Amino acid sequence: MGDKTELRLSGTGGQGLILAGIIMADAAIRDGKNSIQSQSYGPEARGGASRAEVIIGDEEIDYPKVANPNVLLVMSQEACDKFVHDLASGGVVIADSTYVQELPAVDGQIYKLPISQTAREEVGREMVANVVALGAVARITGVVSRDALTEALMARIPRGTEEMNRKALELGWQLAEQVLH
Amino acid sequence: MSRVVELARLMQGNEAAAEGALAAGVRFFAGYPITPSTEVAEIMAERLPRLGGKFIQMEDEIASMAAIIGASLTGVKSLTATSGPGFSLMQENIGFAAMAEVPCVIVNVQRSGPSTGMPTAPAQGDVMQARWGTHGDHPVIALCPSSVREAYDLAIRSVNLAEKYRMPVILLMDEVIGHLRERVVLPLPDEIEIINRREPQEAPADYYAYRADETGVPPMANFGTGYRYHVTGLAHDEKGNPTNDPARAEGLLLRLHDKLNLNLDDILIEDSRSLDDAEVVVLAYGATARPARQAVKEARQQNIKAGLYRPLTLWPFPTASVDRLARQARTIIVPEMNLGQYRIEVERVVRGRANVVGVNRVNGELIAPGEILQAILEVV
Repeated sequence: MGDKTELRLSGTGGQGLILAGIIMADAAIRDGKNSIQSQSYGPEARGGASRAEVIIGDEEIDYPKVANPNVLLVMSQEACDKFVHDLASGGVVIADSTYVQELPAVDGQIYKLPISQTAREEVGREMVANVVALGAVARITGVVSRDALTEALMARIPRGTEEMNRKALELGWQLAEQVLH
Repeated sequence: MSRVVELARLMQGNEAAAEGALAAGVRFFAGYPITPSTEVAEIMAERLPRLGGKFIQMEDEIASMAAIIGASLTGVKSLTATSGPGFSLMQENIGFAAMAEVPCVIVNVQRSGPSTGMPTAPAQGDVMQARWGTHGDHPVIALCPSSVREAYDLAIRSVNLAEKYRMPVILLMDEVIGHLRERVVLPLPDEIEIINRREPQEAPADYYAYRADETGVPPMANFGTGYRYHVTGLAHDEKGNPTNDPARAEGLLLRLHDKLNLNLDDILIEDSRSLDDAEVVVLAYGATARPARQAVKEARQQNIKAGLYRPLTLWPFPTASVDRLARQARTIIVPEMNLGQYRIEVERVVRGRANVVGVNRVNGELIAPGEILQAILEVV
């Protein structure tokens, strides 16, 4: 099936995971790759389980859903409990340790990062936790370039929030740097 | 960077449908936003005023249909968008548009039903409703995209067919394709074919609004241009005046159907993959065609002679193509996010010449490639 990375970004409705998925897919296209983004959410505007799925590759992408992600972001305990066992063998779990306390052993790598806490304390807005997460996912997996990710982010955020978002992305990148070294 | 990379962008299916309609010349939208079609209304609300068009949020879907029929009669290409519950309300006026021969396009992004069902979950439960939702022996065209680019292309085609054949056209999407975002490279404006309704050449006094020439489609005078005629849902004569005359009523009804029957080559479009030597054919449409395509690829890797047939025009039914499949294949597998609405039509045409098998899901989830592959493996 060629070289293909399947990501699932999961958490609670309102955490901005669908937007994060859109930005990730957009960045992949800016890198010259093929990508697809789909989502699953409940009828609520806030709360409830939410997930965005992104497939990045070089070939035609048929089935748009992700059954076994190579990369799994979990930003709530509920999402972790629900999805962690779907992880593809040898995959990567990135958990927001602000909300995910219990993580079972998996056949793959686990990175625990204080994503929401960092957004709250260092940016002053937990709202940008999704962007912190994007920085961390990109740094750990290398699935999109930092330049493309920054471009895609700037193209999809409200005017006037560029500085805050740039900082959030940088913080996520650094969080990942710390655990990688 | 090559030009293709520069033009490539991430686009959502609903956005593509809205942009396609705008590219085809739609300048009027009336609707009542409903999940999972809401983005179509949102984009129209933002874009139409800047293009000199009009957007109206109506009180309900019955009125939305009435509004686009009225707008179209004045010469403006018109669109509405909805999902199952709204599509039910629109049926009466869809029949009116078919009878009065008013071009208009209805986007239905299908969600799980019946009734209000699961608003954010996909289904293909409105396939038969698209065909027979409104009463009477009416003709209908329904197109069904499987990708974001196709949502764009088929939105343009829906508008073109509505104009050309003077009838309502349904763009039958589903939640998966409506909400899916994928990489697209859109055609340039000069690469897009745009069809406008034919207008009368004769003077207003000599105009018969419902007198067709050899194409079966009467030229259409736009209201406000000096041509006066009567528009009604009642059976009518060539002037548009109501009639109970059996010969005239029958002539009208047969002509409405002939508009399609005489032009099937123009209206029916389809796609296929690995079909030439296929003994097992997967017949799939909309989002379901995507796992179907993957299943066919995986079957081929196991040296199974499997192929995909994908109708993009769901209605009118592609009888000639399915007849060919019936003679070629041993088994036809029809995966659907419903309990077999299109499979019944396939069986009707196949008439026992091939084994017809359904793969069906009504739990609000897209069918997985493995389920279709399993069905293929079971019949070889």
